[in-house]
Amino acid sequence: MIAALIFMISLAALLQFFVSYCRSVIAAYGKQGLSEQGLELAGIKGRKVCGEDFRRLLGLIGLCPGPGNDRSDIRAVRAYYDLLRMLGVASGKLVPAAAFWTERERASCAYFAAVALDRRITYSRDLMARQIANQF
Amino acid sequence: MVVCAIRSRSLTRYLTLILCMLADFLISAGRFVIFIRYGLKSSEYLYFYYYSDAVGTILLYFSVMCLYQLVFEEIGASKYVRGASIALLAGTAWFSYMVVNQHTTQLTTRFVVELSQNLYFVGVVLTYLLWGAVLKLCETRTRIIQLVLSLGIYFSASAGAYALRNLFSHPELVKFIPPLMGTFLPLAWAYTFLKVSEETRLATARVAAPNR
Repeated sequence: MIAALIFMISLAALLQFFVSYCRSVIAAYGKQGLSEQGLELAGIKGRKVCGEDFRRLLGLIGLCPGPGNDRSDIRAVRAYYDLLRMLGVASGKLVPAAAFWTERERASCAYFAAVALDRRITYSRDLMARQIANQF
Repeated sequence: MVVCAIRSRSLTRYLTLILCMLADFLISAGRFVIFIRYGLKSSEYLYFYYYSDAVGTILLYFSVMCLYQLVFEEIGASKYVRGASIALLAGTAWFSYMVVNQHTTQLTTRFVVELSQNLYFVGVVLTYLLWGAVLKLCETRTRIIQLVLSLGIYFSASAGAYALRNLFSHPELVKFIPPLMGTFLPLAWAYTFLKVSEETRLATARVAAPNR
């Protein structure tokens, strides 16, 4: 009985801590703006980033070489996105407010991915510019 | 994590956290020695694993208290936190002693799992109260926020895993969680020290999970 109670409380606390941790990682990226080129390459120029863009942006991140210091962030946010998607499916028609919240959170995950992609594009461009400069 | 903390010039400010991680490293080294000498299935390794786990958890309480002190330093409540931490440590030591003393004849695996579950759960409660204080006091230091949250994930996942093990007695079900969490906490703290500077600020309202 006590073990069951501890399990339930721990699970609820884990969810809350995990959600807050992921949001703290996303919030750090959310402060950054996106460059014109980043917007264009990500295919989100002239519109708002939505939750559905996340997977596509993640695929683009996989194609773009980066300094490798954002891998843990991406992994944590991907897990958070999957959790949100499950929550969204589970609560979709029953609790509209929860569905709205999950969609908003998924959009912030997608924005995080767009910023990560933008950073990688900038890194690749700098790398290429340096290589060209070294050649001549 | 220790190297990252020293590199970010946080040695004195987060000394307790660094010492706890060093102690944790020594515990892991001790486990490795016992594992090499006696093997994975030996009772020596089993008991060393669980009792060192309990000691490691109690040591992590000091980290929680260090974080409490950092959160409360601005309102000048550090001395109360110090008093509370001494009381908590004494209470935990007394409780653990009483529990172990009552079970000296039957120090079974079930008993050590129960002890670990209870110790981790105390950690969950302490971290949850700390997180509540962070939200209430509108603490904006990103570094402290991330240190507290990763500690919360560690304690709650471990407590949940031990509770589940107590419920179903199937180690296979959750046996990957304690080592996973044991890797997660030093990595998450190292990440925080390396990537988040002391000056970085974050509004807690943007971080807190909504309570519905």
